[in-house]
Amino acid sequence: MKIEILGVGCAKCHKLEEMVRETVKAQGLSADISKVEDIKKIMSYGVMTTPALVVDGEVKVAGKLPSSEDIKKLLGIK
Amino acid sequence: MAECCTTLPENEQDNKKKYIPLVLIPLAVVVYVFLEQGVNFFVDHVLKLEKGAHLTEAIRFFLYDTPKVLILLTVIVFVVGIIRSYFSPEKTRKALEGKPLFVGNIMAACLGIVTPFCSCSAIPLFIGFVESGIPLGVTFSFLVAAPMINEVALVLLFGLFGWKTALLYASTGLLIAIFSGWVIGRLKVERFVEEWVYEIKSGDFQMVEQKITFHERIQAGYAAVVDIVSKVWIYIVAGIAVGAVIHGYVPENFMASLMGKDAWWSVPLAVAIGVPLYSNAAGFIPILQALLGKGAALGTALAFMMSTIGLSLPEMIILKKVMKLPLIVIFVSVVAVGIMIVGFLFNWVY
Repeated sequence: MKIEILGVGCAKCHKLEEMVRETVKAQGLSADISKVEDIKKIMSYGVMTTPALVVDGEVKVAGKLPSSEDIKKLLGIK
Repeated sequence: MAECCTTLPENEQDNKKKYIPLVLIPLAVVVYVFLEQGVNFFVDHVLKLEKGAHLTEAIRFFLYDTPKVLILLTVIVFVVGIIRSYFSPEKTRKALEGKPLFVGNIMAACLGIVTPFCSCSAIPLFIGFVESGIPLGVTFSFLVAAPMINEVALVLLFGLFGWKTALLYASTGLLIAIFSGWVIGRLKVERFVEEWVYEIKSGDFQMVEQKITFHERIQAGYAAVVDIVSKVWIYIVAGIAVGAVIHGYVPENFMASLMGKDAWWSVPLAVAIGVPLYSNAAGFIPILQALLGKGAALGTALAFMMSTIGLSLPEMIILKKVMKLPLIVIFVSVVAVGIMIVGFLFNWVY
């Protein structure tokens, strides 16, 4: 699974990255997590608000910090 | 909502919790309605303070206005949070695509009020608008209205100045956003946008549109309250405290020479100070309200508020990444002139 966190250094973006890393670790998932800070790259997803969460190239959340429950769901954990 | 009646038992507890904020609203209304009597009783009969004394009136002002504004703020932010959950910058962009200049300006300014927006995402938003062919002038209408007309400023204006001033602020702010965007659109400023902005090709928004239940919207309102109120309450309390001291101790007409009607230069001065100044409305609106009672003119006060809230140095620095300096200068000047016109107009009318 490829997870990308889009964000240009806002507080919520850091928080999202932290939460995603925690969830992945806690669930023992194997995922490639990366933080995308390049504005051109962020725009290429058509996202206008950060933080955004992209899983396998698909934008799951944009413009808000999802709860840890939501993150689990978005990562496909029951 | 039919879902609420068919929820499974194990979810019921959880759902009930989500409605707690709704139950609190009537309670807030009751407190709000009886607040003035309660505070008067407390000050005159419990504390037994001398009526009309400086200290008494300062305390009365503080005790009454602080809870009043905080209750209003909580309720309004909650409601606005729910309303905002129906909007997103992506939807706003869709709505603005292909709209002609003037109609687009009006729509952009109105959508600027309700679309969730923080100046930290001004860049992706600007690029997103430009990239989908929305005229620059329309984009600017959005960028002016979004920060200027916000719920915190409106609540404070409503709570401290009354509904007329709040309405005046919102409507003139909207007009400034519409017309400054329109003027900038006419100036053909496209060449002052950084070239790389035009090179960006953004993909279509592929986010699966998630169905948001009403529970989740209420949660969004609740989250907005926690997010905003926890950030601004301290400024409000501090602002009202300073305002209370001004109310009680600063002599009448103290501000007349500095911010009064007859001092015509006070409007441009207020804007010149207000533009670079970055402050949330929470702290200084109560202070401004107190100064109004000491001879400051409404137009000057409005001009100061608008320039502080609507234009700020940090926002300009953010926008500098996508705009060349001439465009920033044009943007600030056009909006500042609009604000000054409003300031002069109100000093002249009242």
